[in-house]
Amino acid sequence: AMEDVSAKFVSQKISRTRWRPLPTAALQPPDLFATGSWDNEDNRISIWSAGDLGNAGLNGEYHGEPHLLCDIQHNGDVMDMQFLDQERIVVASSTGTVTIFRHHQNNQTLSANHRWEKAHYHVDQDTSCGGAACTGVVCSNPEIVTVGEDGRINLFRADQKDAVRTIDNADSSTLHAVTFLRTTEILTVNSIGQLKIWDLRQQRNEPSQIFSLAGDRVPLHCVDRHPNQQHIVATGGQDGMLSIWDIRQGTMPVSLLNAHEAEMWEVHFHPSDPDHLFTCSEDGSLWHWDTSTNVSEKSSFLHQGGRSTAYLSHSTINQSVVSAWLSNDPTKDRMEITNLVPNQTLSVNSLDVLGPCLVYGTDAEAIYVNRQLFA
Amino acid sequence: TDTVPPQVVPGADPSARQLCFAWGPAEVLVCETLFGRAGGSRSRAGAAARVLTGSVAGTGEGAPSSSRVFVVRRDQDIYIQTLRKLFNESHGIFMGLQRSEEELTGKSRKAQLVQVSKNYRSVMRACMEDMHQAAVSTRDPVLQGQYSTQVSILSAMELIWNLCEILFVEAAAAGPLLLRLLDWVRLHVCDVDSMVREVLSSENPSKHKLFWNVVDVFVLQGRMDEARHLLSKEASANPTSMNMHKILDDLMKKMPMPSLGNTQTLTELELKWQHWHEECQRYLQDGTFASNPHMESICKILLGDEDAILEKKELMTTWYHFLVTRLLYSHPTVKPMELRFYAQSSMDLFLGGESTPEPLDMILMAAFEFEMHQVIKECSIVLSNWWFVAHLTDLLDHCKLLQSHNLYFGSNMREFLLLEYASGLFSHHSLWQLGVDYFDHCPEYGRVYLELHIERIPLSTEQKALKVLRICEQRQMNEQVRSICKIMAMKALRNNRLGSALSWSIRAKDAAFATLISDRFLKDYCERGCFSDLDLIDNLGPSMLLSDRLTFLGKYREFHRLYGEKRFSEAARLLLTLMTAHIAPCSFWMTLLTDALPLLEQKEVIFSAEQTYELMRCLEDLTAGNPDKQKFQDDDVETTKVEMLRLALARNLARVIVKEGTVEGS
Repeated sequence: AMEDVSAKFVSQKISRTRWRPLPTAALQPPDLFATGSWDNEDNRISIWSAGDLGNAGLNGEYHGEPHLLCDIQHNGDVMDMQFLDQERIVVASSTGTVTIFRHHQNNQTLSANHRWEKAHYHVDQDTSCGGAACTGVVCSNPEIVTVGEDGRINLFRADQKDAVRTIDNADSSTLHAVTFLRTTEILTVNSIGQLKIWDLRQQRNEPSQIFSLAGDRVPLHCVDRHPNQQHIVATGGQDGMLSIWDIRQGTMPVSLLNAHEAEMWEVHFHPSDPDHLFTCSEDGSLWHWDTSTNVSEKSSFLHQGGRSTAYLSHSTINQSVVSAWLSNDPTKDRMEITNLVPNQTLSVNSLDVLGPCLVYGTDAEAIYVNRQLFA
Repeated sequence: TDTVPPQVVPGADPSARQLCFAWGPAEVLVCETLFGRAGGSRSRAGAAARVLTGSVAGTGEGAPSSSRVFVVRRDQDIYIQTLRKLFNESHGIFMGLQRSEEELTGKSRKAQLVQVSKNYRSVMRACMEDMHQAAVSTRDPVLQGQYSTQVSILSAMELIWNLCEILFVEAAAAGPLLLRLLDWVRLHVCDVDSMVREVLSSENPSKHKLFWNVVDVFVLQGRMDEARHLLSKEASANPTSMNMHKILDDLMKKMPMPSLGNTQTLTELELKWQHWHEECQRYLQDGTFASNPHMESICKILLGDEDAILEKKELMTTWYHFLVTRLLYSHPTVKPMELRFYAQSSMDLFLGGESTPEPLDMILMAAFEFEMHQVIKECSIVLSNWWFVAHLTDLLDHCKLLQSHNLYFGSNMREFLLLEYASGLFSHHSLWQLGVDYFDHCPEYGRVYLELHIERIPLSTEQKALKVLRICEQRQMNEQVRSICKIMAMKALRNNRLGSALSWSIRAKDAAFATLISDRFLKDYCERGCFSDLDLIDNLGPSMLLSDRLTFLGKYREFHRLYGEKRFSEAARLLLTLMTAHIAPCSFWMTLLTDALPLLEQKEVIFSAEQTYELMRCLEDLTAGNPDKQKFQDDDVETTKVEMLRLALARNLARVIVKEGTVEGS
């Protein structure tokens, strides 16, 4: 419901919003999130308190809207961002630099903890070396994988100065996003409509599998993997289409779902209730895809985990839920689709879901928090 | 006929050096030239005027010592960080208004427009509060000064907007008009608020030295209930004047007020009012309040006595408060068109020749006179932003109030102002995206403006380029789409990212550029003997048909794949087709024929007799058709290659004749 959404205009275009992961045993909803900005003369990483709706905070204060806890200047556009753990955030920059920021919770400050300068770069015809935008980052503490416009894949460890592994020219087109498939395998999507699996244990610099869209090679911009069923992968494309892939079979998507009217910038399965999926787009909309409608038993929200730890947990699998995503004909009666942002005109660049909470950020310089997604 | 007073570019010294300038889309570049000023120091204003009218001569001739360049922006406020909230939030309201277009009619349409107006004002107020907070919390006195200035500018903007809302958008009729004006005064005359708070929160308000001032404030603003409440406290402390209090309280209670609903007609109101007025008059004349000058003066105010009201000048602080108080107690059923007379005389009486009206006074006066264009014009001159006039004019235009007015330049005033505002947004590093939607709603010149501005957006990352591209594609701006893709393809090419370069030219359907990149691929292949970026070339799909050279590249790579998979006859057929169907460029034929060599040398025969003849013809065409025969013959390697090919072809022909003869014969 709209009345549960609180908005704040923040005077910077938001490129990324991320909930801070919760400790494994936590029962309470997430309370802190980070944002990154883009296309400002002075870009920033900011930490926000989500604010309580209706309830007074610990100090007896009342916060209806998100409020800023601390922020720090960031060089270049924030292209992607991921929490490494409760305190550290890995940030990908348009300058090619990858930075780990630490959020000091005792005095509410942010500091740069570690930096890989020009982790992504171009070598131009005069063989001078310029930074290339780092477009995607994913981490599984302590490992960090980044991809970029230079078609390069880097594997870092949070505690090591140099890259553990670099695959130069891994892709001849731009890599737009990356996610973990399993502990040693990653998925990348690129600007010619391909989804590739890379096994980081293998020394050869080739993907172990390539999947691609048929027909026009529409660029893919985002990718996420089902938290429990690792063979189910969702990607979003330049034409706003949502593709569901079963990486056990075939080289083409299992289903193509018409969604947005422009680039789909992010796609996320709900980390603990994966019959729900969320996508956002350049067209200014944010869709909630719900395949749970026909499933009698709704999974419990008590099981909550941050995305960076979710894939390690093995919860029981509801087979009927899984088949809903892989069904060849996901007709409307099996899938309920809701646009959560009516009348928006500018791009929703990023979203994140955790527990009953959703946070998203827009080019209209606003952040929105919905704390009762399933109410 | 009005002229804006000339301003000197801060930091520039036109008296010492001649300045030159160049127009930009939303700003002017001014720089100091090498030329000194012979005439010594002129008046600053005169010199500055020259800056804006002088010739462009001397551009770029500045010596290193005087190479300062000034960027003069037309819309300063665009760059104020705290106002970004105003720009973004009002953009949403603006878009809502454009969408709402004409859905409703009559009363509900008017209610909708009033709501839009209120939404704009609430954004202004929210921004004002933020700015106020910022001013309070900063320790930097310079910054504090800036914030306070912004607060007062925003507050003035909201004051003007609110009056325009009452008079133009809602077009309140006689009766409700007065109530609206009272609300307007109560909302905006806040100088006395602290005094009211002080008295009300004191232990014994009726003994406070400012007690009667507060009562007067309430009466002047028509806040009768609050005034009566305070007075009752004073009454209980003075039992002797009980009767006097009761009479005044009764008068105040009985004062007839216009109603918002249709419960009474104006005539009814006027009748009641006349009756009540006479009653007040009676009590004043029989000296009921003679013993208490405070109460006597309140009674005089109730009677609309101008002198009595003017005595409270300090409590009203502005002439428009005086105007509204005067209307309340003398002309409660004032009609919109009568406002101008009362407004003018109120201003004259209030200022009393002591001070000259400020720009804000002139703007409000113009509004009371229903001179909408004058309001917009004055605001354009006085305010340092286009936001206010652009949005207000657009709203008034939606109220169908501006239609008759065409400018002698541009299209109409609404569009002219929106174009100015949006151009300002485009000159901003981040706010350019908002500008797009404003241009979209300028039917006449919006498109042209957008085309000119969008090309100037720096494409720092592919992501940003994609966003700009999307804007252009949605509007079928093919020229700009091509140009963006070309810029990105060139960038990728410079960075040796052939794959990315190719996908950008495929997106723009730029055949010539695709050919250029294909040639780079083929050149690389000839030099290195292997393909780079196989993942791309193997997956060209239908985009292969974009250019002949790209088709060739894709097919040629397919030949290599077939050959690699030992599908020799398919490979052979494809190779031959590449030449006979003229898919391959002539310059590449020698490479293709050389590629045929290993196929000709295979144990089993692959090329049929007919195919072998065709290969031979290709070779002969190539050697004969080459105009640079001399060079061709001189090149030993080439000659050997040709000889080897001829030999291989002849041998293959012999083998195939034997084979085909055997097959047919058996």
